[in-house]
Amino acid sequence: MRSLFVVVLALPVFLMAQSPKYKVGRAPTAEEVKAWDVSIGPDGSGLPEGSGTVAEGKDVYSRRCQRCHGAEGKGADDAALVGGQGTLATPKPLKTVGSFWPYATSLFDYTHRSMPFKDPGTLTPNQVYAVVAYILNLNGIIGPDDKMNAQTLPKVRMPNRDGFVKDPRPDTGAKSKKKAVK
Amino acid sequence: MSDNRRRFLKLGVTLGSVLTGCNRAKSPTAELDDEGPKRLGKPLSEYGERSSFETVKRSTPTGKNLEIGATRTPLQECYGVITPSSLHFERHHSGVPEIDPAQHRLLIHGMVDRPLVFTVEELKRLPSVSRVHFVECAGNSGSEWGPKTAPNVQNSHGLASCSEWTGVPLAILLEEAGVQAGAKWLVAEGADPCKMSRSLPIQKALDDILVVYAQNGEAIRPAQGYPLRLMVPGWEGNINVKWLRRIKVSAEPFYTKDETSKYTELMPDGKARIFTFEMDAKSVITYPSGGQKLLKPGFHEIRGLAWSGRGRIEKVEVSADGGKVWTAAKLQEPRHSKAFTPFRLPWTWDGGEAALMSRSTDETGYVQPPVEELIAVRGLNSNYHNNAIKTWKVHPDGSVTNA
Repeated sequence: MRSLFVVVLALPVFLMAQSPKYKVGRAPTAEEVKAWDVSIGPDGSGLPEGSGTVAEGKDVYSRRCQRCHGAEGKGADDAALVGGQGTLATPKPLKTVGSFWPYATSLFDYTHRSMPFKDPGTLTPNQVYAVVAYILNLNGIIGPDDKMNAQTLPKVRMPNRDGFVKDPRPDTGAKSKKKAVK
Repeated sequence: MSDNRRRFLKLGVTLGSVLTGCNRAKSPTAELDDEGPKRLGKPLSEYGERSSFETVKRSTPTGKNLEIGATRTPLQECYGVITPSSLHFERHHSGVPEIDPAQHRLLIHGMVDRPLVFTVEELKRLPSVSRVHFVECAGNSGSEWGPKTAPNVQNSHGLASCSEWTGVPLAILLEEAGVQAGAKWLVAEGADPCKMSRSLPIQKALDDILVVYAQNGEAIRPAQGYPLRLMVPGWEGNINVKWLRRIKVSAEPFYTKDETSKYTELMPDGKARIFTFEMDAKSVITYPSGGQKLLKPGFHEIRGLAWSGRGRIEKVEVSADGGKVWTAAKLQEPRHSKAFTPFRLPWTWDGGEAALMSRSTDETGYVQPPVEELIAVRGLNSNYHNNAIKTWKVHPDGSVTNA
């Protein structure tokens, strides 16, 4: 019922979309959009040029990441990045990049835009590719000689890629029982 | 003044002095003897401050880095529907940026016919609406899954606040940009240093999302996203992106860190729920609640707040005996959709033990569950979206504790 309502509501919006009504705002230049658009899709769309190796990543990690995330990504003041595979269904799950994150592209996106915590956005694309390669290798997801770039990174299959399910709520009370019968 | 009344007042003062063990400095005779101030008060001022006697605060920030983390709203000391902007809970990921609104821009791009850049002034020119909505962090009441360690409702439920928000419907901005066929999602990004970003289905934008620039009648506070934030009614707080500066329209979600690594709920089978946007119906008693003290038996008004991310609150029932008998509370009108709804119930405390609970029902018919029901389905490692019925225990000495 709700989705039907949304569809009906959405139609005229898309039809009207052909002509702007208020003519407020301006068109950005392609350069402006490129400078701001740091979103990386799970298909790798948006990944910048550049590349990095596991060895290079180890160097970047020791200088820029280790203080908070610990030696070899094992965690310190901040989250562990390594380990935990096989623990998600146990009473003490360890959620890390290796055990939990569904896409390697998310790791690039987040590291590129938000890390290091105190100097966010200061790693170059090459440094980000490298440190992503290092973390993926520590988790046993890529080999020690693998190189990460815009072509190879989206092809990395994360161990928990299929570990996510749609929101089934409401999941308690009479409503959920009714749903289950249907 | 009659002799009787004079004697009564004098008795009161004497008793009061004995009970409190101190002498009132100003009035040696009676509470009401003071005729009022004889000197002029403070002059007019351009921006108001609260009384110097008022000390209600958000919780104290803790942690190694004070730019990340949360402070909580003192719900036990707030009144009515609206949370004062200064007491609205905070959850930041890389501090509160200081943004000059004249320099701030909102970019809309991606799968649109006409990418657009808006200034804040331009957004203010567009058709506006004001709506009352709560914001609740998905991690609110996270301490309530296990042993009940939160001493009060501020700690257990204070990652929720409610404001009147004013801004422009996002649907209008998307119409201006011309959403292309096949577009189903958008990603919203903040201008905070970490550029926090979240994906959300475009249907919600066409339904009721606002790009807001005002909160409770004035510009949004910096801690709430000044000069622009996304207001996503009823959906988890994290997605109400603050310091909003970019919206990209897309066919697929982006699986950002805050919608994969965080804000997903791990189930007992090891699978995690993703894109769990709506906040389920919830309620909590704010008086009497943890840390408060009932001075004496007799009349007390049980007070609390209810809210649902799926619409209006239809009913709140209150129990004083741990859930055996439930009585419908009176709801504050008007009841806004996806907003705090205060409820009240007269109660006579007999001086014995009591277990106070509240249970809300929203307009979809959903009933707030006991925590055991949530745990039976979700286990103990889902962290987020705990909307369970909350119990406060009243002890014979009048103290109230978490239970």
